[in-house]
Amino acid sequence: MAASSLIPGQKQLSNVEELLEGIWKQNPVFVMVLGMCPVLAVSVSAVNALSMGLATTFVLVASTFLVSLMRNIIPKEVRIATYILIIATFVTVVDYLIQAISLAVYDALGAFIQLIVVNCIILGRAEAHASKNPPLKSVLNALGMGAGFTIGLFALGSVREILGAGKLFGIALFGPEFQPWVVMVLPPGGFFVLGAWLLLFNWLDSRKAKPAAMQAAEVRT
Amino acid sequence: MTETLSQIFIGTLLANNFVLAMFLGLCPFLGVSARLNTALPMGAATTFVMLVASLCAFGLNWLVSEFELEFLRLISYIVIIASAVQLVEMVLKKYSPALFRALGIYLPLITTNCAVLGVALFQTAREYSFTQALTFATAAGLGFTLALLLMAGLRERLRLATVPNVVQGTALSLMLAGLLSLAFMGFAGLGAGE
Amino acid sequence: MSDTAIQPATPSAAMIRTLGIVATVCGMLIVTAYQGTLEPVAANKKLALERAVFKVIPGASSVKEFVAGSGGIEPAGAVLPEGAVKFYAAYDQAGALQGIAAEGAAKGYADTVRVLYAYDPAKQVITGFGLVSMRETPSIGDKIITDAAFLKNFAALDVTLAADMKSLAHAIKVVKHGSKQNAWEIDAIAGATVTSKAVGKGINDSAQKLLPLLAPHLDMLQGGK
Repeated sequence: MAASSLIPGQKQLSNVEELLEGIWKQNPVFVMVLGMCPVLAVSVSAVNALSMGLATTFVLVASTFLVSLMRNIIPKEVRIATYILIIATFVTVVDYLIQAISLAVYDALGAFIQLIVVNCIILGRAEAHASKNPPLKSVLNALGMGAGFTIGLFALGSVREILGAGKLFGIALFGPEFQPWVVMVLPPGGFFVLGAWLLLFNWLDSRKAKPAAMQAAEVRT
Repeated sequence: MTETLSQIFIGTLLANNFVLAMFLGLCPFLGVSARLNTALPMGAATTFVMLVASLCAFGLNWLVSEFELEFLRLISYIVIIASAVQLVEMVLKKYSPALFRALGIYLPLITTNCAVLGVALFQTAREYSFTQALTFATAAGLGFTLALLLMAGLRERLRLATVPNVVQGTALSLMLAGLLSLAFMGFAGLGAGE
Repeated sequence: MSDTAIQPATPSAAMIRTLGIVATVCGMLIVTAYQGTLEPVAANKKLALERAVFKVIPGASSVKEFVAGSGGIEPAGAVLPEGAVKFYAAYDQAGALQGIAAEGAAKGYADTVRVLYAYDPAKQVITGFGLVSMRETPSIGDKIITDAAFLKNFAALDVTLAADMKSLAHAIKVVKHGSKQNAWEIDAIAGATVTSKAVGKGINDSAQKLLPLLAPHLDMLQGGK
């Protein structure tokens, strides 16, 4: 464990662990609560949520790859400026790519594609991880984070679409008598559903912690 | 399509509030709104950066269109915003070090505030004129500050209430934000019509 | 933060070199993406436009873009001349003019409501409209595309020009649900008045500008020119 890029006290993760970290333990949406703006705005339907997740993952992976490649020649004084430049480049690229692939998705996501550039996750990963790790590890970590972000988006988007429009991926799930909870596809619904998911995660976490805490208490007494 | 200045102002301040209706600027909204006395300076600093960003975006957009360099638009916007934030940081550090320390890490984070870039991007997309853009940016900043203040006031009160453990933290803030957003929906349609 | 004391500050040359390399790499990436996607994007946009126009003008098989200005009608270029209005002329297989389509927009409940309406120059009526974009309240504002009674308003919406050919004889008006008296009025959807008014206003504003400019030069469009 003599890697020179190791910060004292931080354990070195294996490649698989890097990949999985972003999906559960450090899920950007449910645990770190980062990059919220596109999460709430775009997650009105499952398709939009997935597209946004994929676009963000693309930018995340490409940026961290480039940053990691150049990590030894980026002077610390200009590092944030460089990261932003690299991220903005890939966001511009993905903006054109989406237009070329599907105008419908492009119209649905709107300005939030370009807003990926200020998504705190990407800058945060570049600063905390890509600047200190070799390309392979950075890409794996980025993939994991992107996957976690997409999962979070999808969880939000599908619930909102099911409750708010009675559909999933545009396919009607309930009969015509179903009265959709329109508030779910409106802004307040976004806040409520995300809050509910976080509540669920907190509850699951507290249940895991309870037996551990009881064990610790027993050991002490 | 012509919107009057007052329609833009009221619409952006209330009906299409940047935080509660358009979901922009959520990171500082959930992060800084814990106390009233940091909420106001944060809102003021963000409003200032929004105004600067709006002015520069207007000029940059004209430049980019003149020379047909549309693909550089996003990069130039974000660079300008980063520079504006740097400027605000230096000014605050010199003239009000206490405020500078109180805002702490959240000041440079204005750069990654989607609301600031959002102002620049939306005014370009809606092809606002110069005065329309300035009105839009002012209303956006004031709306952001308003949401921040409301949230801070509510959260300060909640600290004295008993809240179940599972709900505490961000989950609670989000539920609060949802209620605020629901309330603001009552403003919808304000400014529309003849 | 203690390593700033130990490490010397990076010389400016190194910083400029790095920024230069990064800028070059980024520049190349952007330009490649832009050039590479230029054609597919243009094709997509053309396809989307055709689909929208064919929906409001049935029987059409090709679309041509024009601008109508004070000087006359000319094919649409990259830049819109001052005071000119863009419109689309739809032709059938034989090349005969099937109808004219143009965009109208006005502020609705939440944001701008953009519609594409179809105009029959021979009968001087609007024959229908299609939605381009809107962010109205779902299941309330979006009734403008599903409510059959509302859509019937546009089957033959009177937009005859006034005698002086400078404006519409009667401006398109959106009236309360159930009180439509004349062919140039639109019955608003009950409970979705603001969105209905936006559609009417958008079409009216556009028609008032476009139709007077179009009328003197209509024969230029006939016969698939």
